Amino acid sequence: MIPSHRLPPAVSPSPKLIACHDCDLLQREAPLPAAGAAICWRCGAVLYRSNPGSVERTLALTVAAAILLAISNVFPIVAIESQGQRNVSTLFGAVLSLWNDGLMPVAALVFMTTILIPAVELGMMIVLLASSRPPPRLLRLLLAIRPWAMVEIFMLGLLVSIQKLAHLATIIPGVALWSFGALMLVFAALTATFNVHELWHNMARQSVVSDG
Amino acid sequence: MAERSAAELGLYACRVCAMIARPTAASAGDSCPRCGAWLNRRAPHSIARTWALLCAAAILYVPANLLPVMETASLFGKQQDTIMSGVIYLWASGSWPLAALVFFASIVVPAGKLILLGLLAASVQWRAQWLPYERTRLYRLVEFVGRWSMLDIYVVTLLAGLVRLQSLATIKVGPGAVAFGAVVVMTMLASMAFDPRLIWDNLKDDRGHRPE
Ligand SMILES: [Zn+2]
Ligand SMILES: [Zn+2]
Repeated sequence: MIPSHRLPPAVSPSPKLIACHDCDLLQREAPLPAAGAAICWRCGAVLYRSNPGSVERTLALTVAAAILLAISNVFPIVAIESQGQRNVSTLFGAVLSLWNDGLMPVAALVFMTTILIPAVELGMMIVLLASSRPPPRLLRLLLAIRPWAMVEIFMLGLLVSIQKLAHLATIIPGVALWSFGALMLVFAALTATFNVHELWHNMARQSVVSDG
Repeated sequence: MAERSAAELGLYACRVCAMIARPTAASAGDSCPRCGAWLNRRAPHSIARTWALLCAAAILYVPANLLPVMETASLFGKQQDTIMSGVIYLWASGSWPLAALVFFASIVVPAGKLILLGLLAASVQWRAQWLPYERTRLYRLVEFVGRWSMLDIYVVTLLAGLVRLQSLATIKVGPGAVAFGAVVVMTMLASMAFDPRLIWDNLKDDRGHRPE
């Protein structure tokens, strides 16, 4: 961890200045060594990181995650078997039965956080990382929806529910169980390598707002 | 030489992309020259919005814990589970790590979030001077851990989706899950509404510093 520099009094906005998002302290950006992080001098927030080559790596991981997400939603998660009866379920099937039971708010919440928002997030990331002039508004939107994609929490919920079921019936793991596990790992990796700060930098900086 | 915040110098710091901009005389308000987000010195009505969302979450917290989140109908009769009884079931069946995990995610995290965010909002309202560094870290912790409360929503959704066998049991999601999902969403929105920079604005001469 490389602490960022302490700042001389700043009188005018300049591209070299950044303010901490958690305490608003103005600081001057300093170049970082590879895999370094700049932390706020006053409150300890991570201001930005440096990970060279992150665009290509993140793009590859994002494409992999998109494929895994598709597989996870097409194939069944598990099949359970008891006394000759068998029940096979996909995630969407579980959401649908919740909807049909009249629990629309919960069904919608699960659908959004595990299917829709992760899919939209990955799609946006592919556009942002692959295009030569990524639109800033898209990145802004991406940052707004990101906290609502909860693949890693869902995976943990999957483990808990399988544990609960293991006492009741025979469980046959489906393809989606493995692909969800892999998706969780890939998601964690791409969240770690995705460098928002670098993307903002690459976007053409327009001149700062001038006085009235 | 004292450190300065962007607001002290009359500058806007974009909360989305960290760009520093100078306010203009535009009556409609300024938007960020880089990402287009609305610019404000501080998130508007941050404390009032935080309180409103926290109050709503606190009210819903009661039905979320008292109403059943899961209804199991089997040959042996009907059984209703609240969040707590689900944890006890896991504990009794010998899955202590998972029981501890669900207890933490579903009971400790929502309650802790309500208390800690309330404490943070109150400290800003009373212009508290104490421990700004620790309070900022506390906020970051609350924001990081909050999403994990969704765990139980996924568990009941999956159980209900998977267990549909007449020979074994049929599991349905109970009304408690709607209230619990709303608590999770409300507390996430509350932590997003809280602007941690307000903690630092209240400090007088004796500024908080990062302990070495
Ligand atoms: Zn800071
Ligand atoms: Zn911006």
